Amino acid sequence: MDAQMKQKSSDPGAQVKQTISIKAVLLSLGILLANIVINGLIFVFFRDSTLNPLLTAVLAVLWGVLGVYLIYYTLTWAVEQYPDHIRRKVLPYIFIGPAVIILGWLLVLPALRTLYLSFFNASSEKFVGLSNYAAIFSDHLMATALRNNLLWVFIGTLACVCFGLLIAILADRSSYEKIAKSIIFMPMAISFVAAGVIWKFVYYYQPGDEQIGLLNAIVTYFGGEPQAWTSMLQPWNNFFLIIILIWMQTGFAMVIFSAAIKGVPDDILEAARVDGAGEVKIFFGIMIPFISATILTVTTTIIVFTLKIFDVVMVMTGGQYDTEVVATQFYRQFFMYRNFGYGSTLAIVLLIAVLPVILINLRQFRKQGGF
Amino acid sequence: MAGKKKRKGGKTIVNLVLGVICFIWLLPTLGLFISSFRPAADILQTGWWKVFPHQEWTQGETLQLSKDTDLRQPIEVNGQTYTDDQLKAGVEVDDSRLMWENRRARTINMQEQGWKTTPDLTMDNYSNVLSGKEYKLTEADGSETMQKGTGLSQAFWNTLTIAVPATVIPVLIASFAAYAFAWLRFPGRKTLFVIIIAMLVIPIQVALIPVLKDYTSLGLNGSYLGIWLAHTAFGLPLVTYFMYNFISQLPKDLFESAFIDGASHFTIFSRLILPLSVPALASIGIFQFLWVWNDYLVSLIFIGNQPSVQVMSMKIADLVGSRGNDWHLLTSAAFISMLMPLAIFFLLQKYFVRGLMGGSVKG
Repeated sequence: MDAQMKQKSSDPGAQVKQTISIKAVLLSLGILLANIVINGLIFVFFRDSTLNPLLTAVLAVLWGVLGVYLIYYTLTWAVEQYPDHIRRKVLPYIFIGPAVIILGWLLVLPALRTLYLSFFNASSEKFVGLSNYAAIFSDHLMATALRNNLLWVFIGTLACVCFGLLIAILADRSSYEKIAKSIIFMPMAISFVAAGVIWKFVYYYQPGDEQIGLLNAIVTYFGGEPQAWTSMLQPWNNFFLIIILIWMQTGFAMVIFSAAIKGVPDDILEAARVDGAGEVKIFFGIMIPFISATILTVTTTIIVFTLKIFDVVMVMTGGQYDTEVVATQFYRQFFMYRNFGYGSTLAIVLLIAVLPVILINLRQFRKQGGF
Repeated sequence: MAGKKKRKGGKTIVNLVLGVICFIWLLPTLGLFISSFRPAADILQTGWWKVFPHQEWTQGETLQLSKDTDLRQPIEVNGQTYTDDQLKAGVEVDDSRLMWENRRARTINMQEQGWKTTPDLTMDNYSNVLSGKEYKLTEADGSETMQKGTGLSQAFWNTLTIAVPATVIPVLIASFAAYAFAWLRFPGRKTLFVIIIAMLVIPIQVALIPVLKDYTSLGLNGSYLGIWLAHTAFGLPLVTYFMYNFISQLPKDLFESAFIDGASHFTIFSRLILPLSVPALASIGIFQFLWVWNDYLVSLIFIGNQPSVQVMSMKIADLVGSRGNDWHLLTSAAFISMLMPLAIFFLLQKYFVRGLMGGSVKG
């Protein structure tokens, strides 16, 4: 629509070029300045605010809605004082401006700065080249973190996808699909910290006969020895942590698979059944190929998610007992050892790990028509 | 639709298997929920499943053996002989069980089996974990100690204070940007949008160290504003992408007729686009809200150990570290933090699922 207008206005003689009035320039500069000053004051006010948190929240929502809205409103108004051809050029930047500034300041530039820091030593003073990257593979703690992350990604993702698919198919054929899906999906709503507490309770071990942790109670009921599941038993304790991820993320896989399965045309399934294909054969021969694109999407999504796993490990073991993953190691290097070099390097390793997904996303976007 | 040709016989099995899976999925949460209402001492003494009626041996008649019974020899009780080890573990005879009551005094108890429940439920855990005041606690051995409350209600309000603006601000900013990306033409549009897509799955760890440095020099550490801005930035790529997908699908005629009426882009956006986008705004808003509500890492880094601003997830993680065996606190605290997500999940399920599907890629 905009392009059409542009065409119209670039018709020779259709529009006389308007001149920029000094008044408009002064006005818009004033508005820009006023916006900066007022929002700067609000910034300082919120930063130093010692008001009741609830009151602060109410004010913040007011500022977030009215204030941010007013920024757009006043700036657009200022731009409207200018002739059409200038207005059309400037307006889009006002719309995207705040987003671009915040993203640039807090995400894009920091990512580049982290990359830069990863070539420096612990205190960011001495250039050390690639030695931080080499350390990741030689340092025992970080090598363990890398190994565990691979465990998480492989086992966690595989289990989530398989369970998700299985439950989606079962639910599709059951008589209480909705309730079952709600139950499986529910853990996705809660935080990893809360889930950590839930499962810590399941795995809880106390010396003595009476076990209050569900898993140990079951084990002792069948005559086994109670265990401290998440601390002893290395490296198997990692699996008990991964179970938490499976419990939480299977619901996600299931909901998406469930929608995809419903998209498989009935007549194909019917034809296969008439030809005498069994349910298993239908599943592997028709369903799986039909939803293969969905399986790929779900798999990459869960892989990306699992790569960055942090909360569960932090709450369950704090990274002790050889359960460290890259994100917890990042936190440890950064906050406890104050080693910005290693910390940044680990962050970049995570970034490199998701790089293929970023490229897939971009290609996908271009394929869909992009712009 | 699907499901017309389900076979009768298979269906029972399917229902059964799915039922078992659902039961397993529900069990951990159920345990937490029930435990959060049990007295502190009970939680540590018996498993939470004991609140349901179950069969248990109860103390019965006491049998006195002669004081000089040799424990190394087979021991005769009621005409039968048993070993010492058997009596330690308990031996079942007919409907009762023989077990040492006091091995040194040589007394044996004939326990009887009966149905039992331990239905003692209380709200104390919740009031103790919510308040910051001192309270009296009965320990498992019956002694009483004073404990300081956790003050979770403060953390609850802090979380809300952080979550609401950290949802509203990015959603509004992203909607403006999404509109420009979808319907305005300007140089740099493609480059900027490609950067936003690239940012979708970026791990936020890559930004944390430099942002923390900036925050320290600006004095933003541990302030509400700092954490709002951080959540805004980390949420923006996804919210913008989500809103772009919605806004760019709106019919073109809509804008053209508005333009002919002489409306400006700003008017079109606020009078036309925002009202039309309510379902999308709700979905992505819920996602962002829950993301912030459940967040642990961002708060941990930017709030640190300032108790007055601490959010619930940090408080609970602290509890796990310092009071890892106090299950009466942990269970109720965890459940309080789950209240909001569960309420949203059950009340707004449609938007919730849609937002989660769109937002699952977030870094």
